[in-house]
Amino acid sequence: MTPPEVTRIDVRKTYKLYIGGAFPRSESGRSYVVADAKGRFLANASQASRKDARDAVKAARAAFGGWSGRTAYNRGQVVYRIAEVLEGRRAQLEAEVRDATGLTPARARGKVDAAIDRLVWYAGWADKIAQVTGGANPVAGPYFNHSAPEPTGVVAVIAPDDPLLGLVSVLGPVLTTGNTVVLLASEPAPLPAVTLSEVMATADVPGGVVNVLTGSRAEVAPWLASHMDVNGLDLTGVDDPVLARTLEASAADNLKRVRRPRAEDFADAPGIDRMTGFLETKTVWHPMGI
Amino acid sequence: MDNVFDYAPAPESRAIVDIKSSYGLFVDGEFRDSAAGHGFKTVNPATEEVLADVAEADEADVDAAVKAARRAWTRVWSRMPGAERGKYLFRIARIMQERSRELAVLESIDNGKPIRESRDVDVPTAAAHFFYYAGWADKLGYAGFGPDPQPLGVAGQVIPWNFPLLMLAWKIAPALACGNTVVLKPAETTPLTALLFAEICQQADLPPGVVNIVTGAGETGRALVSHPDVDKVAFTGSTDVGRAIAKAVAGTDKKVTLELGGKAANIVFDDAPVDQAVEGIVNGIFFNQGHVCCAGSRLLVQESVAEEVLERLKRRMGTLRIGDPLDKNTDIGAINSAEQLAKIRELSDIGEAEGAGRWSPACDLPDHGYWFPPTVFTGVSQAHRIAREEIFGPVLSVITFRTPAEAVEKANNTPYGLSAGIWTDKGSRILWTASRLRAGVVWSNTFNRFDPASPFGGYKESGYGREGGRHGLEAYLR
Amino acid sequence: MTPTASSLADATSSDAALRRFLHGLPGVDQVGAEQRAAALATRSIKTTAKEFAIDLAIRMVDLTTLEGQDTPGKVRALSAKAMRPDPADPSCPAVAAVCVYPDLVAVAKETLAGSEVKVASVATAFPSGRSAMAVKLADVRSAVDAGADEVDMVIDRGAFLSGRYLEVFEEIVAVKAECGEGAHLKVIFETGELQTFDNIRRVSWLAMLAGADFIKTSTGKVVPAATMPGTLVMLEAVRDFREATGQMVGVKPAGGIRASKEAIRYLVMVNEVAGPDWLDPDWFRFGASSLLNDLLMQRTKTRTGRYSGPDYFTLD
Repeated sequence: MTPPEVTRIDVRKTYKLYIGGAFPRSESGRSYVVADAKGRFLANASQASRKDARDAVKAARAAFGGWSGRTAYNRGQVVYRIAEVLEGRRAQLEAEVRDATGLTPARARGKVDAAIDRLVWYAGWADKIAQVTGGANPVAGPYFNHSAPEPTGVVAVIAPDDPLLGLVSVLGPVLTTGNTVVLLASEPAPLPAVTLSEVMATADVPGGVVNVLTGSRAEVAPWLASHMDVNGLDLTGVDDPVLARTLEASAADNLKRVRRPRAEDFADAPGIDRMTGFLETKTVWHPMGI
Repeated sequence: MDNVFDYAPAPESRAIVDIKSSYGLFVDGEFRDSAAGHGFKTVNPATEEVLADVAEADEADVDAAVKAARRAWTRVWSRMPGAERGKYLFRIARIMQERSRELAVLESIDNGKPIRESRDVDVPTAAAHFFYYAGWADKLGYAGFGPDPQPLGVAGQVIPWNFPLLMLAWKIAPALACGNTVVLKPAETTPLTALLFAEICQQADLPPGVVNIVTGAGETGRALVSHPDVDKVAFTGSTDVGRAIAKAVAGTDKKVTLELGGKAANIVFDDAPVDQAVEGIVNGIFFNQGHVCCAGSRLLVQESVAEEVLERLKRRMGTLRIGDPLDKNTDIGAINSAEQLAKIRELSDIGEAEGAGRWSPACDLPDHGYWFPPTVFTGVSQAHRIAREEIFGPVLSVITFRTPAEAVEKANNTPYGLSAGIWTDKGSRILWTASRLRAGVVWSNTFNRFDPASPFGGYKESGYGREGGRHGLEAYLR
Repeated sequence: MTPTASSLADATSSDAALRRFLHGLPGVDQVGAEQRAAALATRSIKTTAKEFAIDLAIRMVDLTTLEGQDTPGKVRALSAKAMRPDPADPSCPAVAAVCVYPDLVAVAKETLAGSEVKVASVATAFPSGRSAMAVKLADVRSAVDAGADEVDMVIDRGAFLSGRYLEVFEEIVAVKAECGEGAHLKVIFETGELQTFDNIRRVSWLAMLAGADFIKTSTGKVVPAATMPGTLVMLEAVRDFREATGQMVGVKPAGGIRASKEAIRYLVMVNEVAGPDWLDPDWFRFGASSLLNDLLMQRTKTRTGRYSGPDYFTLD
């Protein structure tokens, strides 16, 4: 007898959530099938529950003081570090983008490069946005009056389906300005978001600063929109106008800052409104005397 | 010789103001009756005297006003060069200055605030606001919102009764400077200065429809903010109404800014310049009868000096003069309405029932009108309702702390985040504290200062968007 | 924070203790103090209140001449005016005092004999205070010997500004001793040279601890002289000193107050900051010369209903 030819069995990856710096499965134990652009099985991803959303918000809140309190220079370094680590994973990301979108390798590579470049762009903003949006106000009196932007707090981001460039385009601006984030990944194409989580976990991003959930938008987003300890809500990835309206109305309960979904091409130059939308302006008065 | 220095009454003359018996809506450059003929009365809160009948705008009236604003926007205002728009605003600012006494007296009569405040704060600051934004009208490309920012269209604006003219200026000046037209609804208890402002628009030959004033109560406001042809909603008022507006505009393309309630902490450290701190506490909570969203309604005082600060505060409160708003020596005027007075009384009674110590200086309150004495609650904890809910009256809750970290923690322990105060002689402690307070305006070693160049607005449930300064333009541009 | 009786006990036991004490006083925020003074200045004092205030202000005037060209004749004329500021109106009160250099005290004393008007004399090498201690004390003695009821000394600003607080304190104590029981001591700070409100608060406490009967802003020879906010800080100090010790100390703004309107603003400030107890010539004075005529013109206006003119009032 000749021995059968040995074929190597794939090690299939389990795609988990990213909460508070750890990679738990959904507390519900659920997962869902992620298919590629042609409908073929790609992987199982965790299907986050409302309790996972709650845990993610808690982790984001706990991380807010530390992250927002870091120097802007340091936050910029951390975001740049994410870009560096992504650069080393370009092949993997290209494959994930190709799988998710069906783009040609060259186009998928272009998306990956654009995504990394976008993060570098935002990394550089960390210690400049305050100079661009803040400043001294010439009040009519003996006061030094100064306005500076501060992060809004915990921001829930419903990421778009553009799996990598869209993802970093919504994450970069809220992260670099000092907010902490609960990000609900693209429902059909969540795998690059999980990979990004793994990158962040090794790229000096403190646990809890970014938390990534995968699962159903219709199920999870309402819990984030109504959560009274969430300060901002980015609805970019919500295509359904009825759901978007419901989420915005729900967000009104604690006056969350809401970014409505709008038609946008992530290849375009981003502008600064994604940053300013989740920044507060603090104005400090101080008398000038001897 | 008798050494009692009694200040004789020094009333500002009412003669300068000509209050009509009835007022219409200001739509398309003219005063007109409401379509349905409904109206309401505005009263002098210091005397309960009925001042005038005022038209109440319903949906049809609001629609007519929005249509007029849209027409004016399309045909005139959006096409006018910024420099020309600016000249109209300069013109309005000048007329406001020229008619400042009239505006101040009318404001005090309709609102109940002391003439000293309307004369020295409200009216000059309102005029300054128009001057400030007039200058922006032809410089918007330099404001940091892109090289060629565009107006939004028609702005629906709803303002409160605590600073009727000043809030009008905060709303209308930036909107017009950016090339929008407006429909503004003043509060139902204080419509008169807005209607006088409408006359000023006529006097300035402002094109018809650029500014429209619709008077009425909550229903009028609802009709305005939910009107489908309004591009922008700006609201100043209670957090509850702000929430309702945010829900109402959900799913639309309307841009919204909300300036809502507050429960500001005024933090006094043990090394504070104590006499100025006491002045700041008084100005923080008793300015405008405490009808101030950014009022310093929670005094957080370091335990080691709490007794001394309180003693000084009480002594100072004893010199506050309460009474006729038109008397130039009055420090505290009338509560704006019977409804607000009832709310202040209710929350104060709750404070007492919850065990806080209540104190007011001896003071004679007039027999008629709505009055509430300046009041301090001591022994208040964070759990008390008077430490959490906005009272919007001359009522101060005193809470103590031991360390700077505890002060910050207590200051931030509220759903609101509009303003805060810090009193200390140590510069680095000011900056440390200011950077940790989750509030949009922080006054260090001062309180309740306002300036057209200074952005104002809140964190958290105190709303979003900024009014004033370069930042204030963002709300009216795309 | 603000001192108590117990903390005062050893505040002056050494230079270090005095420095600790003075630097431990609460700071003064300049902008806040100026705003408070400006707000008080907006009080509108009309009709009966105005009449009251004008007569009170007249009674608080230290009618002053401190010129190199002063002569006995000038001082006699001024003293006559002090007793009868408005010869046409016997109901017009006399001023509090006449303030002159030591060598003219005797002349003033003689002219004022029999009246209630006091004689105040500047001393201690007025206005600079730059002289040997022995000379300063001799200066005081000569004034007291000539019959001065009140001595207006100047402090050594150089010593104060270089932090030699105990030296300033001891000098005031020595002058006070020289005044004896007979003469009241007013201590002039020359606030325009001390510049900061923190300094004004510190020097006020220093002088009160040393036994000053009055604290006084200025010599009138330095600009700025008396200011509303500077006087505000001094009024707060005397108020707090009484709280701590039970003792009242008077306040005298001097120099630059020329109009009735300003004087009335000061009285409003006295009333609302220190309290009505200080609304008395024993506890508040104006060091002034031209102010008196403006008060008299205003007084006439309130009584006759028409504006008066300088021709109707004597120059001195």
